[in-house]
Amino acid sequence: MSRFPELVLAAALLVAPASASLAAQDAPAAGKFGIGREATPEEVAAWDIDVRPDGLGLPEGRGTAAEGMAIYDENCASCHGDFGEAVDRWPVLAGGQGTLENERPEKTIGSYWPHLSTVYDYVRRAMPFGNARSLSDDDVYALTAYLLYLNDIVDDEDFELSKENFTSIKLPNADNFIEDDRESEPHYADKSDPCMRDCKPDKAEVKMHAAVLDVTPENADDNAPQGGID
Amino acid sequence: MAERQQVLSPSRRGFLTGGLMGAAALAGTGLARASEGEEVITEIQDWNRYPGDGVDARPYGQPSQFEAHVVRKNVPWLTSDSISSINFTPLHELDGIITPNGLCFERHHAGIAEIEPGSHRLMINGLVDRQLVFTMADLKRFPRENRIFFLECAANSGMEWRGAQLNGCQFTHGMIHCVAYTGVRLKYLLEEAGVKTAGKWLLAEGADASAMTRSIPMEKALDDCMVAFAMNGEALRPEQGYPIRLVVPGWEGNMWIKWLRRLEVGDEPWEQREETSKYTDLLANGKARRHTWVMDVKSVITNPSPQAPITHGKGAMVLSGLAWSGNGAISRVDVSIDGGRNWHAARIDGPSLPMALHRFYYEFDWDGSELFLQSRAIDDRGFIQPTKEQLRSVRGPNSIYHNNGIQTWHVDGEGVVENVEIS
Repeated sequence: MSRFPELVLAAALLVAPASASLAAQDAPAAGKFGIGREATPEEVAAWDIDVRPDGLGLPEGRGTAAEGMAIYDENCASCHGDFGEAVDRWPVLAGGQGTLENERPEKTIGSYWPHLSTVYDYVRRAMPFGNARSLSDDDVYALTAYLLYLNDIVDDEDFELSKENFTSIKLPNADNFIEDDRESEPHYADKSDPCMRDCKPDKAEVKMHAAVLDVTPENADDNAPQGGID
Repeated sequence: MAERQQVLSPSRRGFLTGGLMGAAALAGTGLARASEGEEVITEIQDWNRYPGDGVDARPYGQPSQFEAHVVRKNVPWLTSDSISSINFTPLHELDGIITPNGLCFERHHAGIAEIEPGSHRLMINGLVDRQLVFTMADLKRFPRENRIFFLECAANSGMEWRGAQLNGCQFTHGMIHCVAYTGVRLKYLLEEAGVKTAGKWLLAEGADASAMTRSIPMEKALDDCMVAFAMNGEALRPEQGYPIRLVVPGWEGNMWIKWLRRLEVGDEPWEQREETSKYTDLLANGKARRHTWVMDVKSVITNPSPQAPITHGKGAMVLSGLAWSGNGAISRVDVSIDGGRNWHAARIDGPSLPMALHRFYYEFDWDGSELFLQSRAIDDRGFIQPTKEQLRSVRGPNSIYHNNGIQTWHVDGEGVVENVEIS
């Protein structure tokens, strides 16, 4: 305890208004509750494996396209096909370049993905499906190199991808992403009151029936379209 | 034991009788002997004579056996398998604004992680003063809040971009739910770690085998995001992220990371798979929008709808539906019964909360003629729900995500309802 009781009292008076305002709020304002403990470097390293487009987070390591082919054939081809073309409805990994404006675009690593970092990161964190986190860092470099090869982004099967040359690879579709600009679309920009009476001439006419397609689970036949969500 | 059997079997008979009576009433023959009165009234029913289950029979109660059809449903052809897949909330069977926990749609990328809460940890790392680890017990010592929000999958209605495809609002609009979350403001957790000035982005990561990750701008994280451990008053369901999930009000469901285990602070977005390959919106010119986070103003008529036809014939009827917006509260819903030629203001009933479902009703006399039902929501930022034609004219048909176009149901003279597109 302080040997100067009047100082303690003064300090109490100084903090009193702050306490009162805190009590008046639903929850305390910015501040520390002293809850939780420091994470150890080993713990952070075990969970923080994400990789950014600028290469931040890449581990040491390397692997060639040829090495990647062996790993791919054993671990990946049963779903993604021998050449990344996919089996059944599993995701296509290669091909489709130049199809993005088509009626049915094919979105793959080579045709659509903007960053190679995403390939490395995603394969390392979530693939193979059903046995995630089973590949070594070198395995993932080799697989990533092979996926570049399958997409004709590198043409030498001896091409070696490593932490050192990783960010020198640019994917073909890198520059085709734009920020969300939905608010500028005409139907959103126009905030005048919408029409309420006699808004369209003529009676409504059906242009498309869901029942004709007949793909709803209750009565679907085998003509169901290809997937769209994965 | 014999006595017990006796008590049980009559109620089984009661179930069958009740089912037949219901079918008969629907077919319009139930009143054949109306002068003598309905048997369900004139004869003593089993449930009126025999006692039912005692209080120990149902420690965790389930819906009535007569509601067994009110369940989530899957559309198998949508995905390669059921582990990374989606199912649908039965919107046509629900009312009000709160979704029952057991009916909230599911979307997993590597199935349901079953995590013992004592083994769950939440880590905060990156550009912070102190990298921290929290246990579940730690998280429950922070100040709590209760908030009601909708969670809508970015792909909700995505199968309908090219036109009418699935016949029922469960399938066209059921990747959505709305529950009351209890949890901790994300802001408090981040402040506990101390976000450095350069920390402009947050990476949230799940503990499941997909290790789902999304980048979230720090302004949103500090504004209204929560780490929730309860929904509708009880612990999260395993399929909804037990023991904790991220709540990102008004934003696409993909960002609401389930089984949340890690939050990393950084100075740039990570551009992970779920914000590059997926959850980017391809436009007709080959460009794609990224970071399309907000779920725009939207509505759907849930009754009548293809799974909920009109069975009562002409006369007074209740049209019911849901409206919502990631931009705020719904200020108005208009309903048309003639395919958008004329509109009528619907009645919003119940709480009107920002970024939550709103329930609307429109009561009218049906004269038995063909109807083209539509609803059009307007939010409190003045955004008006567009038609599908308006959306497609700007975006083309390949955006997959963010289809909030006006839905049309065609009702024929028999009351049968179909998903259609109209002129």
